[in-house]
Amino acid sequence: MNSFKEKLIKRLFCITAYASLLFLAGIMFVLFKESLKALEEVSLPAFLLGREWYPTDTPPEFGALSLFAGSLSVSFIAVLVCVPLGLGSALYLHEIASERQRKILKPVVEILSGVPSIIFGFFGLVVFAPLLQEMFDLPVGQCLLTAAIILGVMTIPTITSLSEDALGFVPRSFKEASYALGADRWQTLRRVTIPAAASGIITSIIMGIGRLMGETMIVLMVAGGAAVIPDSLFSPVRPMTSTIAAEMGEAAQGTLHFSVLFEIGLLLFIITFILNVISELISRRYRLKLGQGR
Amino acid sequence: MDTKEAGIKVSDLNFYYDKFRALKNINLDIPGGGITALIGPSGCGKSTLIRLFNRMSDLVPKTRAEGKIILDGQNILEPSLDVVKLRRKVGMVFQKPNPFPKTIYQNIAYGLEIGGNKDKGFIRHKVEDSLKKAALWDDVKDRLHQSALGMSGGQQQRLCIARALAVDPKVILFDEPCASLDPISTARIEELMLGLKRNYTIIIVTHNMQQAARTSDYTAFMYLGELIEFGKTDRIFTVPREKKTEEYLSGRFG
Repeated sequence: MNSFKEKLIKRLFCITAYASLLFLAGIMFVLFKESLKALEEVSLPAFLLGREWYPTDTPPEFGALSLFAGSLSVSFIAVLVCVPLGLGSALYLHEIASERQRKILKPVVEILSGVPSIIFGFFGLVVFAPLLQEMFDLPVGQCLLTAAIILGVMTIPTITSLSEDALGFVPRSFKEASYALGADRWQTLRRVTIPAAASGIITSIIMGIGRLMGETMIVLMVAGGAAVIPDSLFSPVRPMTSTIAAEMGEAAQGTLHFSVLFEIGLLLFIITFILNVISELISRRYRLKLGQGR
Repeated sequence: MDTKEAGIKVSDLNFYYDKFRALKNINLDIPGGGITALIGPSGCGKSTLIRLFNRMSDLVPKTRAEGKIILDGQNILEPSLDVVKLRRKVGMVFQKPNPFPKTIYQNIAYGLEIGGNKDKGFIRHKVEDSLKKAALWDDVKDRLHQSALGMSGGQQQRLCIARALAVDPKVILFDEPCASLDPISTARIEELMLGLKRNYTIIIVTHNMQQAARTSDYTAFMYLGELIEFGKTDRIFTVPREKKTEEYLSGRFG
């Protein structure tokens, strides 16, 4: 009886453990299957390098370059916002903040990371976009810069939290060794602690970028939505995610447009998958490197 | 500074972790040169004391020291003291080998580089010299640019000794250096300390009474934050003057 129970429990956990794998495989299958039509009918160069995105014209044009450019430019500027701020606050929390400050700031960072992105979107739409519009005398406030800054702020806690953990994992003994050799705090931080935590920090940045690339709500609300290759920080842009979100409702199932949107999704999936693999490889190397030093 | 002058004179030393008084009225005159062992049961304050000699105690918040520790004519407890200079004069080897996750070469060059030394040739010479002094050169000369973490525990600890030697300290503190090593590695570290004592003042904290007896010239026995007895190791181990010392050495507690 007992052994039957044990077997049953084992099975159950086995199923739950493999469920993720199943979902992943299912998602990949569906993405690929639904993209097939687009892959057959729109040539890959026309899709990847075409600048014209007129999915509802006759004949339609499915040049998604401006969408990639939108995603990349927004992510790139957002990285410039979130990496320095995220790392800066991680270093402050780790090295300078008193125990009391840390007790207040760390939970605040965690809460910020739990705020739904649509709230950030609201804030961007109602407060930040009008502010930017007035400051720079723009025709509209919803543009690349607005989206990038809001996205960047949203991603700060991801980077702060993971980097702070990485810094915290650096064995105390490394720092002691450094101090005992006459190093000051900054030398120790720069030459021992940060290099030892580097892989973890890099992983946090890649995870942050993954989050940026996949974020939909904010860009849909504040990026402006024009499918053009941006020529300034104030250009409206239409990243891949918001394109899918905005057009999926209008595209009839089974049409080429519908299938092309899936192809964009597939591409997005591949990009974030690659980012995940990179961060996994880096953190694996990190574990090996520090494994014996603890 | 001659090694004979690199003695440490402790007077009326009290040390507090917040409200807990960890060291009580310590008066101790550690002669320059030779090996001095600090022994006593766990919690007796021997590690606390050794960590005051290079002010590693600063890293623990809410601590306070009273009294004086004179090294080289200077009270090293002065708040205005430059701890960076002090720690270059007083090196330390820790309980667990703690090489940096860098190459063997970089581990030893680190102390020189942070001290502002940019002369590559000099650093290379120092790396070789320190590894030789730590009896490690023959083991590692062909893999200087490989990770130090690939070495055995005993080798790692000797690397840590070489790293401390590279910045030319006068005093080297060993905080239970063999606690995590096997007997053969322990023997090699002890041998190494005996070789180094001509040129450095060595202070070792140890749980291992045989190790104190084997290696040290002087022994200080501490108990519950107090210094019970201090003297030549031969004398302490053969005719201890204090009852507590005798009880500890004969294994009645500890």
